[in-house]
Amino acid sequence: METIVDLRDVVAVLGQFPALAGASLTVLRGEIVLLQGPNGAGKTSLLRVCAGLLPVVRGHAVVLGHDLTVDRSGVRAKVGLLGHTNGLYPELSVRDNVQFWGTTVGASSGEIDAALDRLGLSLRLADVQVGRLSAGQKRRTALACLVARRAVLWLLDEPHAGLDAEGRDELDAVLRQAAASGATVLVASHELERAGALAHRTVQVIAGQVHEVEQ
Amino acid sequence: MSTTANTASTEAPTAVSTSNAADPTQPSGTPSREKNTRGKTNGTGTRATRVLGISSLIGLVWLVAFGLAFSPADYLQKQAVRIMYIHVPGAWLAFLAFGVTALCSGVYLSKPGRSLIWDRFAGASAEIGVVFMAVTLVTGSLWGRLTWGVYWQWDALLTTTAFMFVTYIGYIAVRNLGGTPQARAKRSAVLGLVAALEIPLVHFSVNWWRTLHQKATITPGGDTKIGGLMLFSLMIGVVVFTMIYAWLLIHRQRVLALRDAVEAHGLDRALEERRHEGAPR
Amino acid sequence: MNTWNVAKLVAAKDLRIEARSRVITNQVLPFAAIAMVMFAFALDNENDALLVQVAPGLIWLATLFSLLILVQRSFAIETADGAIDALRVAGIDPGGIFLGKAAALAAQLVVLETILIGAAVLLYHTEIRLGGVVLLVTTVLAATCGLAFVGTLYGGLAAGIKGRETLLPLLLLPVVAPVLIGATRALEAAFGTGKAVLADGWPWLGLLITFSAAFGVVGVLAFGPLLDE
Repeated sequence: METIVDLRDVVAVLGQFPALAGASLTVLRGEIVLLQGPNGAGKTSLLRVCAGLLPVVRGHAVVLGHDLTVDRSGVRAKVGLLGHTNGLYPELSVRDNVQFWGTTVGASSGEIDAALDRLGLSLRLADVQVGRLSAGQKRRTALACLVARRAVLWLLDEPHAGLDAEGRDELDAVLRQAAASGATVLVASHELERAGALAHRTVQVIAGQVHEVEQ
Repeated sequence: MSTTANTASTEAPTAVSTSNAADPTQPSGTPSREKNTRGKTNGTGTRATRVLGISSLIGLVWLVAFGLAFSPADYLQKQAVRIMYIHVPGAWLAFLAFGVTALCSGVYLSKPGRSLIWDRFAGASAEIGVVFMAVTLVTGSLWGRLTWGVYWQWDALLTTTAFMFVTYIGYIAVRNLGGTPQARAKRSAVLGLVAALEIPLVHFSVNWWRTLHQKATITPGGDTKIGGLMLFSLMIGVVVFTMIYAWLLIHRQRVLALRDAVEAHGLDRALEERRHEGAPR
Repeated sequence: MNTWNVAKLVAAKDLRIEARSRVITNQVLPFAAIAMVMFAFALDNENDALLVQVAPGLIWLATLFSLLILVQRSFAIETADGAIDALRVAGIDPGGIFLGKAAALAAQLVVLETILIGAAVLLYHTEIRLGGVVLLVTTVLAATCGLAFVGTLYGGLAAGIKGRETLLPLLLLPVVAPVLIGATRALEAAFGTGKAVLADGWPWLGLLITFSAAFGVVGVLAFGPLLDE
């Protein structure tokens, strides 16, 4: 099984503060891994390191075959990061957004339509301005952009926040389907109930370090 | 600083006793800490800079002597011409400093993985340049008041100089914005090069602009024939100011390096603390 | 995706957003027009002679002040919902992003300048000579390119750093001084203001073109590192 994420004793800083103080994590292809932990533990920083956005100050970090201590730009196109923001343009419609992000990797209009369809965004919602959507709908639009961009590593930061129960179930279904079709998913979340339902594996992120949890 | 290094956590003592080459947190370009004896603070001086510093002081005394006493008063300007001995070397220094900033910025960007010492030199040079440019502008303004009767002229040289001053203030503001040393260095280096590009453009445009209006570009000493003792005094000024610049540059670069080292050390401490936070599991 | 296609994609996106939100048309253009009126209040004396003489300079001053707002808007749409992070992660050529955003900015600037020239004709009694039209149009285009390139470059610098948009005017205005000088002199030549002759304008146009070319190249090369954290 291919190793997608290989982090060993990674140190990353935000200004002066060591957000990651020696974090180690290994993730294989097709896994869904849940990152749990309190606020400020470093979950967001861990995701941003994997996306190639946060520089690695010390340690070994190889994601999708790219060594992040050498060059962080190569890994980015293959990764999809859904943080506290959605990465969308509020003035544009759902379809325009998905089409924009899909075009960056040369997706055809067929792929765009398929992505919209998979996230339940065709028909009514496709031509609505993103700024007018509910939080859950915006989240789904952002995920459709990930699908359209053919991202193989999905990095999701608190994706369930602001969704109702039905929305959360839908989201989990999408993530499971993505993992089944070969993507790898890392989800950072506060929520304990989600663990059994969604993830293959759970890890605890505490004070900038990662600890495995007995499942 | 030396006392905190000695009492830091178990990892730290190696940072004090080994030479710069072995310790990854000690930036290049700082004097070796081996000279640190009995807990006295080392500062950023070395024998070379002490020699340079003392020579500069001696040169400064010469400059004062020649500038104020030995050189003659000008036929037209009388004693006012003596401002020239500070103003012209100051201007030379400011332009030199900004040239060094542009050069170091370019070197830093030319290859990935360049040492941060280039960035520190660029930043230190810009800081010194801004100070001397301020001195140049103020002395020039006073001189202009004495000789032309006005504090300011919109000719090519003055206007370009004023623009350089403002541009490099902006550069220093951007340097202080923070972020990782590498991010700050890259951002500043790009800005340093862009500033170097922009200055000739500003100069050309202002030059054309003023010659259109057929105003003679008078450099403040333009009517004065500079020769003999006056020229000699001026040359002393240029040499002494260059030495002072070098001294300031070396010291400031080392201070910046030490500041970065403190941050790195601080990082080690912060890592320790953070790991302790997570330890009871 | 090659640089050219990235540029087209980003430019189209920026212009589409403007078409939907109409921020420029509803807010910035009126601001520029009001600025022209305010200049008249500040400078007016009994006869019209003064305003006609300084009109070219005032047109470009109003343009520069509006440029600050346009640049901030150009990057505000990226930071609104974190799209700038997504742009970094998208892995597309930053030089293409630069050219695309500069192109959209240039389009908005051209519209702005046209309106300002119209305002000058109306308010300051500027006259557009037939012989000067070529110089006028080429000056507007060359100056616009220069302003768009520099604006996008410094906008990217200020946007990459959280909460530092206030730095933009300090950084941007000194840099565009050559454009202010050159474009004003060129317009004076085109309008025949004062003693300006048409032939005087062409060297200034050369300066504007050099400026634009230089910053175009610098922008494409430098935008990537500036966008990164």
